Amino acid sequence: MDAPKLLVQGVTKIFRTGRQRLDVLASIDLAIAAGEFVSLIGPSGCGKSTLFNIIAGVEQPTSGMIAIDGDAEHVRTGKTGYMPQQPLLLPWRTVEENVMLGLDVRHVPRKKARYEANELLKHFGLAEFAHNYPSTLSGGMRQRVALLRTVLFNRSFLLLDEPFGALDALTRLACQMWLLDLWQEVHSSVLFITHDVREAMLLSDRIYVLSARPARVLRIVDVDLPRPRQPEQLALEQAVQLEQELMSLLLKEQSI
Amino acid sequence: MKLHRLAGYGPAFVLVITLLALWELYVHLGQVSPLYLPAPSAIIQALINNWGVIYDNTVQTLLETVLGMGIAILLGLLLAVLLDISGWLRRAIYPLLVVSQTIPIIALAPLLLLWIGYDIRPKLIVVTLYCFFPIAVACADGLASAEPELMNLLGSMRASRWQTLWLVRLPGAMPSFFSGLRIAATYSVTGAIFGEYVGGFKGLGIYMEKATNSFATVLVFAAILVTAVLSLLLFGLVSVIERIALPWYHGTVARS
Repeated sequence: MDAPKLLVQGVTKIFRTGRQRLDVLASIDLAIAAGEFVSLIGPSGCGKSTLFNIIAGVEQPTSGMIAIDGDAEHVRTGKTGYMPQQPLLLPWRTVEENVMLGLDVRHVPRKKARYEANELLKHFGLAEFAHNYPSTLSGGMRQRVALLRTVLFNRSFLLLDEPFGALDALTRLACQMWLLDLWQEVHSSVLFITHDVREAMLLSDRIYVLSARPARVLRIVDVDLPRPRQPEQLALEQAVQLEQELMSLLLKEQSI
Repeated sequence: MKLHRLAGYGPAFVLVITLLALWELYVHLGQVSPLYLPAPSAIIQALINNWGVIYDNTVQTLLETVLGMGIAILLGLLLAVLLDISGWLRRAIYPLLVVSQTIPIIALAPLLLLWIGYDIRPKLIVVTLYCFFPIAVACADGLASAEPELMNLLGSMRASRWQTLWLVRLPGAMPSFFSGLRIAATYSVTGAIFGEYVGGFKGLGIYMEKATNSFATVLVFAAILVTAVLSLLLFGLVSVIERIALPWYHGTVARS
């Protein structure tokens, strides 16, 4: 059998500043198979984003092992399509040029990069905005552009950190369905961070529930809803039951 | 649109005309000797009559200004990048930059003549000393204001330090750079004139000094007028270049 896309074993993270010590991650284990859509949910401030940065290779764990495609030895930067919470589009680049950013970093010839960006924009319904500046786009469009930038850089493994957290409910749902289409088209493995239970259920094959800080895995839940997913499926009895379960689990962890 | 923008200058125009009219009236009604204060009409007349000589000197001053600004831009950008490269360099260089601005140029300029001579070089040094500081400081602040999340994103793409600088930080610092450049542009002509004033063969500074020494007050005022117009034009030119160079910063919808 192939190595899993991502394997995380016993990862901990402790921040020290002077004498202060902050335990953020307490031994996290998780695995994502190729082509799988996995969500992480947890109370706010539980260290999801730290775990994310560690997987992307931007930060290093205090201890533990992380393997991407079975490789735990080499640096992990460049091996994931990383999308932070804000779209972080560069305001001086047009939509097309923003989507190309990762290819510029990889020194892909401009002409080729432009072509690939345009193909992607066309395919996912953003072609008419290719020459717009991000400041002229709506919130939902910015997130979609940022997602395409992520996909063009690395389509095999996407790390998405609450990409739709700041959108209104309707735009959010539209973006979720759009993401599902995209995921099915490009066959990526996805690790998706959210604190929205319904979002996690709509999108994922599997959900990891994290505890409050220091974070550990409280539960792993398989979402047995048929694909392709539709929002109505969240009204099925088994879905409602699961949602209640997850909600009460999270509520216990959430402090205000 | 253009008319609308011109209309924005209306109040300034009205104020200037009013002040000029009061000045003209004061000189005529008060029987002020033109040796002390020539009337605006007399200044314009003198400017027209002596245009050949004044033009020659203006070209010299303009040359010094533009060359000095060019050096200041290169020096300012270089310093800004150096300040940005390491905290150690920043702490080492920044105080020196500030000290460089406390040097009274009135004391330094004659020394420059003594060390270097009467050619264009001491004037370039004075212009550069006036102009590099706002450019360097504004640009360094612009570089430092890049979002840490954006740095993480570039880090996850395994971008090199130079790629990060070139693709993200420098373009992001351009609005700040232009703010600094606009301040520098207003100083630059005065700087050149000051450099000439201390000693030289040609230029508006020399012209003013000669005119003062021969009590041709009206010619001093004519030269001042040219100086003011020159500064305004430079300021305007920088703004125009900024609009062309940073269309995204000025609310342009799309790039054609």
